[in-house]
Order: sequence, then C-alpha cells, then structure tokens
Amino acid sequence: MSLRIVVTVKYVPDATGDRHFADDLTVDRDDVDGLLSELDEYAVEQALQISENSDDDVEITVLTVGPEDAKDALRKALSMGADKAIHVEDDDLHGTDAIGTSLVLAKAVEKAGYDLVISGMASTDGTMGVVPALLAERLGVPQVTLLSEVSVEGGTVKGRRDGDAATEQLEASLPAVVSVTDQSGEARYPSFKGIMAAKKKPVQSWDLSDLDIDEDEVGLENAYTVVESAAERPARTAGTIVKDEGEGGKQLAEFLAGQKFI
Amino acid sequence: MAEVLVYVDHVDGAVRKPTLELLTLARRVGEPVAVALGNGAGDTAAALAEHGAVKVLTSDAAEYADYLVVPKVDALQAAVEQVSPAAVLVPSSAEGKEIAARLALRLGSGIITDAVDLEAGDEGPVATQSVFAAAFTTKSRVSKGTPVITVKPNSAAVEAAPAAGAVEALSVSFSAAATGTKVTARTPRESTGRPELTEAAIVVSGGRGVNGAENFAIIEALADSLGAAVGASRAAVDAGWYPHTNQVGQTGKSVSPQLYIASGISGAIQHRAGMQTSKTIVAINKDAEAPIFELVDYGVVGDLFDVVPQLTEEVKTRKG
Ligand SMILES: Cc1cc2nc3c(=O)[nH]c(=O)nc-3n(C[C@H](O)[C@H](O)[C@H](O)COP(=O)(O)OP(=O)(O)OC[C@H]3O[C@@H](n4cnc5c(N)ncnc54)[C@H](O)[C@@H]3O)c2cc1C
Ligand SMILES: Cc1cc2nc3c(=O)[nH]c(=O)nc-3n(C[C@H](O)[C@H](O)[C@H](O)COP(=O)(O)OP(=O)(O)OC[C@H]3O[C@@H](n4cnc5c(N)ncnc54)[C@H](O)[C@@H]3O)c2cc1C
Repeated sequence: MSLRIVVTVKYVPDATGDRHFADDLTVDRDDVDGLLSELDEYAVEQALQISENSDDDVEITVLTVGPEDAKDALRKALSMGADKAIHVEDDDLHGTDAIGTSLVLAKAVEKAGYDLVISGMASTDGTMGVVPALLAERLGVPQVTLLSEVSVEGGTVKGRRDGDAATEQLEASLPAVVSVTDQSGEARYPSFKGIMAAKKKPVQSWDLSDLDIDEDEVGLENAYTVVESAAERPARTAGTIVKDEGEGGKQLAEFLAGQKFI
Repeated sequence: MAEVLVYVDHVDGAVRKPTLELLTLARRVGEPVAVALGNGAGDTAAALAEHGAVKVLTSDAAEYADYLVVPKVDALQAAVEQVSPAAVLVPSSAEGKEIAARLALRLGSGIITDAVDLEAGDEGPVATQSVFAAAFTTKSRVSKGTPVITVKPNSAAVEAAPAAGAVEALSVSFSAAATGTKVTARTPRESTGRPELTEAAIVVSGGRGVNGAENFAIIEALADSLGAAVGASRAAVDAGWYPHTNQVGQTGKSVSPQLYIASGISGAIQHRAGMQTSKTIVAINKDAEAPIFELVDYGVVGDLFDVVPQLTEEVKTRKG
C-alpha cells in the first residue's frame, strides 16, 4: 500500500514587515520579504508525522500557487522533510481570488495524484480560512478540517476539531482534504542535513496550460470579487500613559468611569 | 424589495448575537429571510422576527449534527433556489466561513469573508474588511453571482425591528457528499457563565506576564467585576495557563469589543490581528517600551499584580 499526501503551502509577505497594497489593489509583494506561511508549517509537520507513523509507503508532495519567489516556500517545506514539490506559476495568475485559487489547486492536486490533501487552517495574509473547504467541494471528497489532532489508518482519516460550542471527533474515508490548526503540534525546524537534501529534491513547474485552465478563469480581471479601495487605517491617536506609583489601578478606574464602562 | 438570506447561528433554538447583528446589516440591502437548521430551528423564529426577519425557513434533520458542514451547505443552497436572494449573509465563525465558501462555489458566486461593515451599493452590497492585522481597511464587492458574505461579530449594533417572521419549512434533499465526514462524538464546551468571547462588550485578557495558571484568577476577578469575557495571548495558552478557546489573535478568536484590557501582553502583530479593532484599548504592562502601548487609549506602566487587583476593587466599589 502507498499513501500519496499533497500539502498545500502558501508563500506570503512577512507579517512583521510593512505589508501594503500595490496600485492595482493586490498585495504588494515586491517591498516585503516573503516566506512559507507559518500556519502551513503545521500542515507539513502533520504530513511528516503521518508518514513516520505509517507502515505504508508515504510520499509527500508540497504544492504552491504563487510567483517565482514562492519557490522559497517549497524549499523550506522540502528541507523539513517533504519528498518533492510542485510550483504552479503563470503571469495570468496575478490577482486570483479564493475561488480561482481553489480551482488551480484542485486541478494541480488531481494531476499530481493524491489520497490525502493537507492544508493549513488559514493563510497569514488573506486569512480567509476557506481554501480547504473549497478544495473539498471541487474535488468531491470529504472535508475534515480545522483539526488539532489527526491520524490516518487503513484508508480512514480521523481527527479532533475544537469548535466554538463543542469539541468534535471526525472520521472520513480517503481520499479527503484535511486542514490542521496550530494546536496540532509544533512544527520541526529543518536540520542542516534536511537543508542540504532539499537542494537535490525535484521541484516541478506547471503553468495554466499544463492544468487545462483557461486564462479567463483566473487572475484579477476574472476574479469573482473586486476590491474597490484600500486605505491605511489612521494611526490611533496617542493615548494617555501613566506610570504606576501606587495609584495606577485607581487612575485606570477613573478613566474607565469617564468612558462610562463602570 | 429584494430578499437577503441570513444564516442563523443558534444553539438548540437560542439565537446567538452575531446573527441578530446580521439582521440589522441585512436590512440595509434588502428584506431579511432567515435560514435556521437543526435541533430547535423552529424555536428561533420569535427572536428573528423581533429583529427583522420577514420569513424564517427551517429544516431539522439528524444530518446537520451527524455530519460536518456539507448538509448545511445543501440546505442553504435549497434556500437560495427557493428565494433567489440579492445576497447571502453568514456569521464569520470558522464553520460559517466553510459553509459560505462551498455555497459560493456551487452558486458560481464570489465570496467575501470577515466583513466588518456592509452597505448597499449601485452594483450590490459593498463590504468593509479590516486586513493585515487591521492596518488597512478595504472596501470590496462580489462581481459574479449572488454575493456571499461572512460578517464578523460586533460589526453592527443589534436593533429591534419587528417583522412577520413567518415560519416555513424548507425542503432539503441532501447531496451524496453530505455524509462524507462523520461526527463520531461531540463534547459540548462547558459554560463558564461569562459572556462569549467574540460577542462580549468588554474583554479582559492576560498574557505571559500573568505568569501561571493560578494567577489567571486575578484576570477573571477583574473580568467578573466588569461583566467581561476573559481572553489570553498565545503565550499564556501555549504555557497551559488558559484554554485555547480563549486565545485572542490571528489563530485564536478575533474580538472587537467596546473595551479591551490587555494585562501582561506585549502586543505582537499576531495578537494585534485579533484585537486591534476594539473601540477602546487599555493595557497594563511593566515595560514602558511594550508595543501594545502604541495602540492604547489608556496605559498603565506597572506590575499587573499591583494594578489589576486595585482596579478590580475600585470597580467593585464604584459599582456598589
Ligand atoms: C488581505 C486580503 C484579503 C482578501 N480577501 C479576499 C476575499 O474577501 N475574497 C476572495 O475571494 N479573495 C480574497 N483574497 C485573496 C485570497 O486571499 C487569495 O486568493 C488566496 O490564495 C486564498 O485565500 P487565503 O489566502 O485567505 O487562503 P486561506 O483560505 O486562508 O488558506 C487556507 C490554506 O489553503 C492553502 N492555500 C491558500 N492559498 C494557497 C496558494 N496560493 N498556494 C498553495 N496553498 C494555498 C494553504 O494550505 C492555506 O493554509 C484576499 C487576499 C488578501 C491578501
Ligand atoms: C503564525 C503565528 C500565529 C500566532 N497567533 C497568535 C495569536 O492568535 N494570539 C497571540 O496572542 N499570539 C499569537 N502568536 C504569538 C505572538 O507572536 C506572540 O508570541 C505572543 O502574542 C506573545 O504573548 P505575550 O504578549 O503574552 O507574551 P510576551 O511577548 O512574552 O509578553 C509578555 C509581556 O508581559 C509583560 N509583563 C511581564 N510580567 C509582567 C508583570 N508582572 N506586570 C505587567 N506586565 C508584565 C512583559 O513586559 C511583556 O511585555 C502567533 C505567532 C505566530 C508565528
């Protein structure tokens, strides 16, 4: 038996950098360093653990849709221990929305071949948290999402989902789409050996024609949503800051009373 | 006037506050028609009618509880086919976003998530989003299909607007995918008696500075004096001092209360992402250089173990 896992990883602008929009109201990717979305490291980690706990042959492919630099995200995932990588890159992809991105990912996952797709809970830039559900809908396979624990055995995936109102145990047959939260377990750091090995691992590049996707199905012009404006939030006006000299709590209470919170 | 579908988030018939907020926003773009699913769906009608629902479509079946997400998508799709709405609004919970996404795909529609405001526009509803850890405000609209928009809690005031709220049974035939992911067990979260974190008007949060699970009693005491919900930073959650369900931030809950009080929290970008849209922000931190002070309306540089109990006492005295 063998198990083919595809992990979807997004290349995002560093959240600690000065993120902003370009003139066409897409994310400016030139001015801020990019990296593998930290929440996707958890997805790679769970794929590696599933592999380590499995008697089957497990092959882990990491997949990204993004510009040239997105290769960095793939390299990081490979150096953590993934086996191979697929980079979907095409100038016509610029400005693609969630619906379009899920189309590209779904076609790529199908072309790659899969038993299990593992995604992060959300990207750290768009933070929509919808791509895994969209992927499951497109692929017509079960969605087993927002898991804080995940295991795969005998063609079944099980996991724990911690929701607002309840904790649920979930179960589905493979093939399936899983997403994991940052509660699923600390992601490992790439070792020196891992970094060296990653350099030799195969990275395939596909464009839209490889995936039989028409250019009018993706990109900014064809997005299902339009951003009309983006404005920097006015800086908060400097507040009052006091040093506690023994009366700090009382002074704060006075402020809260003035604001009618007490 | 065009109808607008509002997906109802409820627990056994008790409607949660974000849904009532959605009804207020829905009235700006059309006539709200609510869709309530699962156990107690019919019991939601009175509250929904009081807040503006002209109609309440209900459906109860074991599938809603026994399988993940998809049965609810099937039902919402049936409602869209029945009503042909101008938009579909869904509360921005994790599940709400997943339901909305799959629905949008089926309808050939665009989706906007985490709107913090909504207004009518010439080409359909315009949604305001607060992005990049609330550093930017964007206005967007759906340009294809029936707009599907999820809205964050605390984005609008709840307004009473009595309407007919006529209950109608929604007929749903479940898709083959509906039974794909089985819920094999469910443990309801125990109530703390405190307000829901995302819905609370006041949130009192503690971070690494609280320095121990037992010390969270200080944070809870302040919260209780103010009738507030308790939040925590990821550092406090990762240390095991407070449950993950109370985490505020990018990977925790995003909150937007009238008042946010951060104690012993430095104000890392990922924490800010979840609280920066709070109306009034207050921080207590012994480090005058902590980034959280850049955001505050009022800050106290001091030891939380001195400041917080004194504040709690003072609140209690003032409230009598
Ligand atoms: C600030 C901002 C706001 C946006 N708002 C909207 C909006 O309202 N509507 C809309 O349609 N689009 C929106 N977009 C565009 C949208 O973010 C992208 O199209 C994106 O690829 C999909 O959404 P997400 O990044 O939020 O992913 P999420 O749904 O949060 O991602 C979940 C997981 O999906 C996988 N994934 C997502 N994108 C990729 C990728 N490119 N390659 C590989 N794996 C991936 C990862 O595993 C990730 O952890 C927005 C983008 C930004 C930057
Ligand atoms: C992908 C990703 C997602 C993340 N998601 C989240 C998230 O959702 N939520 C979140 O909070 N973080 C999140 N983080 C973590 C975040 O980066 C910070 O590490 C975290 O917010 C720090 O928590 P803290 O402020 O409690 O701790 P610290 O940064 O250690 O700050 C503690 C503060 O307490 C003060 N202090 C100490 N003792 C006292 C005292 N006695 N009295 C007063 N003040 C005192 C210190 O001066 C300091 O400022 C995420 C990180 C990543 C990479």
